[in-house]
Amino acid sequence: MTINIGSIAPVAPAAPAVTEAQRPKRSPGTLPVSLATIIAIIAAWSLASAYGLVSPLFLPSPLIVLKAIYSVAVNGFVDSTLAQHTLASLLRIFAALAAALVIGIPAGLAIGTSRIGKGILDPIVEFLRPLPPLAYLPLIIIWIGIGEASKITVIALAMLPPIILSTAAGVKSAPADFINAARSFGATRLQILVQVILPSAIPSILTGTRIALGAGWSTLVAAELVAASRGLGFMIQSAAQFLVTDIVIAGIIVIAVIAFLFEILARLLERWFVPWAAHR
Amino acid sequence: MSVLSLQSVSLAFPADRDSRETRLVLDGVTLHLASDEFIAVIGRSGSGKTSLLNLAAGFLKPTSGRVSVDGADITGPAADRAVVFQDDALYPWLNARDNVAFPLKLRGIAKGERRLRADELLAKVGLENAGSKNIWELSGGMRQRVGIARALASEPRFLLLDEPLGALDALTRTRLQQFLLKVWSESKTGALLITHSIEEAMLLATRVVVLAPNPGRIIADIPASFGRQLLGGKSLQDIKDSPEYRRLHDGLTGLIHADSEEEAA
Ligand SMILES: Nc1ncnc2c1ncn2[C@@H]1O[C@H](COP(=O)(O)OP(=O)(O)OP(=O)(O)O)[C@@H](O)[C@H]1O
Ligand SMILES: [Mg+2]
Repeated sequence: MTINIGSIAPVAPAAPAVTEAQRPKRSPGTLPVSLATIIAIIAAWSLASAYGLVSPLFLPSPLIVLKAIYSVAVNGFVDSTLAQHTLASLLRIFAALAAALVIGIPAGLAIGTSRIGKGILDPIVEFLRPLPPLAYLPLIIIWIGIGEASKITVIALAMLPPIILSTAAGVKSAPADFINAARSFGATRLQILVQVILPSAIPSILTGTRIALGAGWSTLVAAELVAASRGLGFMIQSAAQFLVTDIVIAGIIVIAVIAFLFEILARLLERWFVPWAAHR
Repeated sequence: MSVLSLQSVSLAFPADRDSRETRLVLDGVTLHLASDEFIAVIGRSGSGKTSLLNLAAGFLKPTSGRVSVDGADITGPAADRAVVFQDDALYPWLNARDNVAFPLKLRGIAKGERRLRADELLAKVGLENAGSKNIWELSGGMRQRVGIARALASEPRFLLLDEPLGALDALTRTRLQQFLLKVWSESKTGALLITHSIEEAMLLATRVVVLAPNPGRIIADIPASFGRQLLGGKSLQDIKDSPEYRRLHDGLTGLIHADSEEEAA
């Protein structure tokens, strides 16, 4: 027996031991590979432009893009600095997020807790959800003009479905015992909603907010391509019209970095606000 | 003195999802729980014990029969009947103290006083130092004690306990049984304890009720005094060695066993 176990030991028992040891550290296994991939892409990009494989008009070298980022940051482009473009975009995102949360969470609670609420809101959400926001942007511009309000509205509309649906899903995930316990202590319906169902739904709402930020961010850039005088999407669009490819790529990189930072921020918020979600 | 009564209570559930047929889960159950009594309900899995407790709590409405407190039909769950759940059902977003204070918060009691009363109750269940601990940092036994403290905070006339000690190891379970007995004797509430353990039922209850399955019905309702003996200082071993304990234990085992053979036949 012992001989048998000994002979397979190097293979079989080693595998679970490794995964067990790595689990708490959140998969460090992929990080070096991902870094290597990024470095390889930048290297390929550098080589392609250094050896003139691609015209600099289409693909400027990483160094030129870096310089473009610096130049936009210091001197600006089309009347605004990089910080101003970024701030304009971020303000729109956060205004839209605030509106979407204020409307979406109560709507999700209504869908999750009331038959009538679900009956009324389900068709609206299901109509809105599959629509690409740019399809209704022109209509919204006709309705409320080309100013900030129309952009914020479109972004908020893009953010609403994930927030509503995740809130409703969170409501359904509230354990029956949690609600029954409160009822046996004499809680009113409103107390149950606010003190039991809403806290139960918060992990799900945060996940929905993360998805909403992603949807909002892509809608934002697209909306700014159509109608804006400041913002990252507008900056890219203007640069493209003048074939200033380095600024186009600079804008794309800034957008990617901000989206990445959103993701990290969302995860930090999750760990901060709902540390218990990991222990359910 | 209050009395929680189930009178000729029957309960039917839909037999399966889309049929109109129903399956009788409880049939003509009559049970009166006075607020100085400790009733333990035993019976095999699926005999309708949880359903019985859910009816008493007001989570379920009987298909026929009456559930009342002091003669007045209940309309649903209320603060006079606090429930302790098998899976503790503590709120993970609140620490231990705030969980205990939760029923007080529902009643609009001010924060300072809530805290004071919650700490008193935590001390009563032997957790004076665990107030600011997160729920997931507590052991199973500690959680059940927090759950019991939370139910007591509601100052109920009746405590309804659905296998609160079922998931604990034997040693913790024995300790918590004695603890539960002490809490009950000091709190002057009626207790309805659902349990799988004949021994637990006998050691705690003033009455042991046996539920037979398919459909659930009461086949025995037997007074017991071992809890009082324990409280009076008699040792656990002496009680278990006594002939009357052995006789009742054998009797109850026979009842549940006979019932399962009838099932198999
Ligand atoms: N919501 C429900 N819908 C349909 N059938 C149900 C429902 N709840 C319980 N039942 C059925 O009623 C019967 C009694 O269930 P109950 O949970 O009361 O038993 P129990 O004695 O508490 O069992 P256990 O000891 O396993 O907890 C079971 O056969 C169960 O399948
Ligand atoms: Mg049960």
